[in-house]
Amino acid sequence: MADIRSNFVGIKSPNPFWLASAPPTDKAYNVVRAFKAGWGGVVWKTLGEEGPPVVNVNGPRYGAIWGADRRLLGLNNIELITDRDLETNLREIKQVKRDWPDRAMVVSIMVPCTEDAWKAILLRVEETGADGIELNFGCPHGMSERGMGAAVGQVPEYIEMVVRWCKQYTRMPVITKLTPNITDVRKPARAAHAGGTDAVSLINTINSITSVDLDDFAPQPTIDGKGTHGGYCGPAVKPIALNMVAEIARDPETHGLPISAIGGITTWRDAAEFMALGAGNAQVCTAVMTYGFKIVEEMIDGLKNWMDEKGHRDLDAIIGRAVPNVTDWQYLNLNYVTKARIDQDLCIKCGRCHIACEDTSHQAITSMVDGKRHFEVIDAECVGCNLCVNVCPVEGCIDMVPLAAGAMDRRTDRTVSPDYANWTTHPNNPAAKVAAE
Amino acid sequence: MADGLYKEGIAAERLAPEQYSANFSDLHPPLDRHEALVESDRCYFCYDAPCMQACPTSIDIPMFIRQISTGNPLGSAKTIFDQNILGGMCARVCPTETLCEEVCVREVAEGKPVQIGRLQRYATDTAMERGAQFYERAPDTGRHVAVVGAGPAGLACAHRLAMHGHKVTIYEARPKAGGLNEYGIAAYKAPEGFAQDEVDYVLSIGNIEVQNDQILGRDFSLSDLADRHDAVFLGAGLSGVNALQAEGEDIEGVQNAVDFIAMIRQASDMSKLSVGRRVVVIGGGMTAVDAAVQSKLLGAEQVTICYRRGKDAMNASEFEQDLAASKGVTIRHWLKPARILSGNGKVSGIEMEYTTMRDGRLAGTGETVRIDADQIFKAIGQTFDPIPLNGSGAAVVMEGGRIKVDADGRTSLANVWAGGDCIFGGDDLTVSAVAQGRDAAESIHRALA
Ligand SMILES: Cc1cc2nc3c(=O)[nH]c(=O)nc-3n(C[C@H](O)[C@H](O)[C@H](O)COP(=O)(O)OP(=O)(O)OC[C@H]3O[C@@H](n4cnc5c(N)ncnc54)[C@H](O)[C@@H]3O)c2cc1C
Ligand SMILES: Cc1cc2nc3c(=O)[nH]c(=O)nc-3n(C[C@H](O)[C@H](O)[C@H](O)COP(=O)(O)O)c2cc1C
Repeated sequence: MADIRSNFVGIKSPNPFWLASAPPTDKAYNVVRAFKAGWGGVVWKTLGEEGPPVVNVNGPRYGAIWGADRRLLGLNNIELITDRDLETNLREIKQVKRDWPDRAMVVSIMVPCTEDAWKAILLRVEETGADGIELNFGCPHGMSERGMGAAVGQVPEYIEMVVRWCKQYTRMPVITKLTPNITDVRKPARAAHAGGTDAVSLINTINSITSVDLDDFAPQPTIDGKGTHGGYCGPAVKPIALNMVAEIARDPETHGLPISAIGGITTWRDAAEFMALGAGNAQVCTAVMTYGFKIVEEMIDGLKNWMDEKGHRDLDAIIGRAVPNVTDWQYLNLNYVTKARIDQDLCIKCGRCHIACEDTSHQAITSMVDGKRHFEVIDAECVGCNLCVNVCPVEGCIDMVPLAAGAMDRRTDRTVSPDYANWTTHPNNPAAKVAAE
Repeated sequence: MADGLYKEGIAAERLAPEQYSANFSDLHPPLDRHEALVESDRCYFCYDAPCMQACPTSIDIPMFIRQISTGNPLGSAKTIFDQNILGGMCARVCPTETLCEEVCVREVAEGKPVQIGRLQRYATDTAMERGAQFYERAPDTGRHVAVVGAGPAGLACAHRLAMHGHKVTIYEARPKAGGLNEYGIAAYKAPEGFAQDEVDYVLSIGNIEVQNDQILGRDFSLSDLADRHDAVFLGAGLSGVNALQAEGEDIEGVQNAVDFIAMIRQASDMSKLSVGRRVVVIGGGMTAVDAAVQSKLLGAEQVTICYRRGKDAMNASEFEQDLAASKGVTIRHWLKPARILSGNGKVSGIEMEYTTMRDGRLAGTGETVRIDADQIFKAIGQTFDPIPLNGSGAAVVMEGGRIKVDADGRTSLANVWAGGDCIFGGDDLTVSAVAQGRDAAESIHRALA
């Protein structure tokens, strides 16, 4: 049986599945239920500084988009950090950590951008016996208007400064949580690294408006006729998060910096994908808010079964394995040629591949052959783009088949070269370093 | 059309050879991977799910379906087998329309439940095809338990006992293990030798010995067994059959439906099986439907089920009744057998009396009707035969003609447990027999600890 015990920047947990800082981790009641269900760790809902807590709206805080069967695909929220009293939170954190010593207890913090404010809270958190802290530089709404959260996360210099303070005032490992609401996520990651962070976690939520009420002409969720942008999360954000994780993992400046992955993780497979792209563990929020804590059973079991099947002994055997295979477009092999192949036995003849190709791509799929409805790839037109595969409702019905070296590409009337050749050396590239002779 | 169709009397080879294999192929063909993924996506992963509540073995249905949807069919199979080691057979034979699928929230919402049974089959078939084994025996406890009967109850009990490290010997009257899975379930529900494959799969945990042709009451007594073992589990099912109490019951052509069904299950060539041109089945349960449908599938021209009460009182589910109708079986209600008619010493028909409810009781109206028949099947219920139990030792306490047990499956005798069809208060389903066998094993394990 694969060993999925996790050691993330010295924080141990029985599995790599943590709950992200959010409502599921807002109080002892929820966190204890999560631990009972099997979660390896939690990042406690973000604490603010001492004094009267923030207040949330008293109307709807969530909006959503759905797929078929009303499957929740994206969730948006306008919730703030914890609205519970700091003392209560600290007392509960201490108690829960004492009762569940084998689980990871990380405390998320967001206080104003002053050295004293951070120093003060760090001491308080350290007293709880928590395993580490996560700096919330991500909240896209409500808090950034107060000069916290994303307002800090969007300024690399601030990130570096705050991380430095934290490393100075606490022995606890520091995880810096990054906002995706920025053009190049490597910049804040590099800043956190420069400040001495032990790890980064990402992504926090993405600025969003999920829908507009067309009767009231107001964005949703609507509070007394008005709405505001919220933070987007759930399965819909996973591809964005995957890319950001990969960007940091393969950036020479931050390569090797531990990453805690967040964003749309719902199944063991999502978690495994993030880990392959360099994440040391996985944090989950929307999936448990949709289905409850029990899904962790499937994540643990699914990950183990997959690892067993593939012969991966422990998490180190998978973490980062896909990073060397993430490259820049210019280094992709232009001599790699594929053609779509439609499995006629699996084809249900919906025609979506044809119309996608005919209307919007390369006119490479028939709709009629000998007077019969029949969908078949025309190799002389097919550029191997994969659109047909993606619009086909039947998994595995259309495959992209690589042409072997030496085979004839009927579109270009050229034989496929066995050599690797990319854009940097392509004759059409005005900046080609070596002319193709 | 084969010429055998209109042969008078009881005859074989009524159909063309290829019709037999078509008729007896899988009732619900297996889902392929794509179908399973699409179907699994429909599950809402309900909290405290109604389907799971409705399952006598309490399989975590939302979890196994989620595991299918995430591409983890082996994990899914384990979730099923953890609760029900005969999950493969149950996936095929459970009347899901009155269990999990009846209460599926999507049945309530749209009249279209998630196809739980077929998904269960997808997962368990995948595991069995890959030969995936999920259980190991605990270290040997040195205890030895006797199980009487290798049906679903006995097998489930034996497997759970073996998991806990006990040695098990199963004493089985018939030449093959499986109980009604092998000798009773309709052929089109478990084709291609699935029952024996499953027996092998269950027994592969090891330390379970099956002794065939060993009959309690003939080869040994209950007190012998109890003396020679640390505990005994009785899972002998129902071996008796209710009589029609109609004149002429022993005329040639009158048969027990269960024997006919067993014969079909054991046949290697269906075309060699004889069936009447006109068949009447007396009864209203699953056995009646199975006998009627399989008569039709063997080429009987006219098959009529006669049931003495109304449609709602039938034990066969709505689905089973519709299945019978779709195969061309006629179901007639409010008729009870009065007299078997014969000619030349063979059955020629049956006289049925109309019935009605009078003062809350079923009563004949006096009016009768004749139905032509060359073959009549009795399917008015099986009974428990207590004689083998009560040899030299103390008698087992019975209730309603079956063995009385407590919530743990204990009988009135020390160290004797029972489960499955032979106990009082069950619902005569494969899945319930599995649950009772499993739970009795847990109770035995606690008692032996
Ligand atoms: C025709 C028919 C169709 C059915 N169809 C379905 C269906 O579609 N779905 C469903 O859920 N249920 C169905 N059932 C019910 C289901 O088969 C039973 O509920 C289930 O098999 C009971 O399991 P069991 O282990 O208690 O008994 P059995 O399966 O009856 O097993 C008992 C075993 O004990 C052995 N035995 C009996 N006496 C002795 C003895 N003295 N010594 C040693 N061994 C002995 C028998 O040979 C047999 O192997 C059907 C039943 C019948 C008769
Ligand atoms: C209602 C809600 C409240 C959240 N509150 C916080 C918070 O207080 N601190 C924080 O760092 N992230 C917060 N998040 C962001 C999550 O921790 C997580 O980064 C994000 O939801 C992406 O993960 P997911 O796709 O699994 O939901 C919140 C998310 C939601 C939905």
